[in-house]
Parts: sequence; C-alpha cells; structure tokens
Amino acid sequence: MIPKSHISAEMTAAVGREFGQRRSFPISESDIRKWAIAVYYPEDPPRLFWDAAYAATTIHGGIVAPEDFNPFAWMSADPPGIRHGGYVGLEATLGVEPPQTEFMLNGGLEVTYGTRMRPGDVITSVSTLTGYQERQGRLGLMLFSTQLDRWTNQDDVLVKSTSMTLIRY
Amino acid sequence: MTRTEIPEVGEEIPAIVRQTGFHNWNRYAAVNDEFVPIHMDDEAGQAAGYATAFGMGNLQWSYLHNVVREWMGERGTIERLSCQFRGPNLKGQTVTGRGRVTAVRPGPQRTEVDLEVWTENQEGKPLAPGNATVSFPTPA
Repeated sequence: MIPKSHISAEMTAAVGREFGQRRSFPISESDIRKWAIAVYYPEDPPRLFWDAAYAATTIHGGIVAPEDFNPFAWMSADPPGIRHGGYVGLEATLGVEPPQTEFMLNGGLEVTYGTRMRPGDVITSVSTLTGYQERQGRLGLMLFSTQLDRWTNQDDVLVKSTSMTLIRY
Repeated sequence: MTRTEIPEVGEEIPAIVRQTGFHNWNRYAAVNDEFVPIHMDDEAGQAAGYATAFGMGNLQWSYLHNVVREWMGERGTIERLSCQFRGPNLKGQTVTGRGRVTAVRPGPQRTEVDLEVWTENQEGKPLAPGNATVSFPTPA
C-alpha cells in the first residue's frame, strides 16, 4: 500500500536537531593512497596523493588527501566500533520512528571546502537534520531528507561543509 | 601542473573516461566501506527498479573532482562543488566526466572560475550534473 506521506509530525519536529558527531582516527598516508587508487582506477593517481618526496616540492608541502576523501570509512575513533547491518537511518539516531521505506539513494551533494586533509589529521564531523520533502516519482512516493555535515580538523579549522540529500522510497 | 593563462568562458575542460562495473565499484566499496547490495548484485539492483547493479553516487562525485583537479592543476583550489545524481551508473556503461567554464573572475592574486561539470553515459545522458567554483593563482 502506498502511504499518503512518509513525513510524520515527529519527523518534522526533529528538523534542526543535531543527530550525529564522529571523530576519525588519525588519517594515514596509506588511507589516502588507497582512496586515490580506487577513485582514479584504472589510471595511476596523481603523485600528490602517494609520493611524499614529490608532494613536499608542491605548494602543499606534503601529501594531502583528495577533497572527496572519507576519513570515517570502516570505523571512527569516537563512537568506536565498526558498523553492523549497513546504514543506520538518521531517524533512528534521533530516536524518531523511521519512515517505512525500502530503498535509499544519494540524491545530491553541495560542498564548500576549507583546508585540505593531511596525514595525521583527526577530523570531527557534526551532522544536523535540515529538512524533509516528498514527491511522487517513477518508483512511488519519494522522501527527500537533507542534512548538513560540518567537518573540522584537530585545530578546529573547517575542512568542508556538506549539504546532502537522501532519497528514500 | 600550473595554469599559464586565464581561461575563457565556454572553454571545455579535458574529459576523463571510465569503463564502469564491479572492477571500479568494488575498489571504491573497499575504501569507503560501501558494500551495499545494489552496488554488488544485479538482483538487488533489479529489485530496486534498475536493469543491473549500479555504481555509487559517491564515486561519480569523485570523478567530478578528478575532472576539475586535472584541469586546474595542483596550485588550484576547489572552493565549492555540487551535483545531483540524476541517473544510475549501470554495469558496463562508459562514463565520461566533463566540464565547461561558465564564468571567470580574475583578481590580482587569484582567479576564480565557475564551471558546469557533469558525468554522462555513453549515450550522452547526464548522470551527475553539477557546478564547481575553483580558484588558482592569477597567471602573470
């Protein structure tokens, strides 16, 4: 049965609430190197991402991570432990009854970048629920939720601010 | 690489081309812990309404960064980047990342450039269209 709406009053009331804070382990050169290999495959990634001697000669003064690098993959230092069972919905994290949807897609991203991530950096992410919308699509009633993720480094300098849209149906 | 001249509006930036499938997606899953059935299993992709398994939106996102990064050079800075994920990157597609200069704002120290960026499939259908703003030292 197709629901009239995925958005409950409880969900609407949760808009604006912070729902997640994470701290990464220190970023390693190996993390950056493997990320660059994966996103450039089958081409070799730029030396800036894996050759410390070369990177030292650049304007960056050393290896930096690709802007799209994710230091939270696999495990965060806080909260500790690996994830089991895949995606944990933001509603569950907020203590709100989640919508009855089966599939989830990444709808889009808008990022403003600050300083680059480097080996040794520890990144903190704070996530805030910023809104819900819904509309009918080819695959049924689609729920669009938006969140703002703000990443800072160990010096409290902004690394990036990301507005992300999740589509669920 | 360092840019030696200010770009012009309308300039196309060099494209990147990827033959996509599990060889790309599994590598990305390994670094981003993104072992989601729709990206790994045709049946899961079909259950979600698509012809096959399909690639991660986040990998399209990385391709857009690669396109911009290769063009602007190491002295450039990606200030902002956005995209929408409009179409699935189905197994076996040839994905091309492209970009075009839409605005140029030269300054005494740095030049800001706006770009239209996108990935498209082998039929030219956009998969992840977006926009970027980059800056780099103003060429002498």
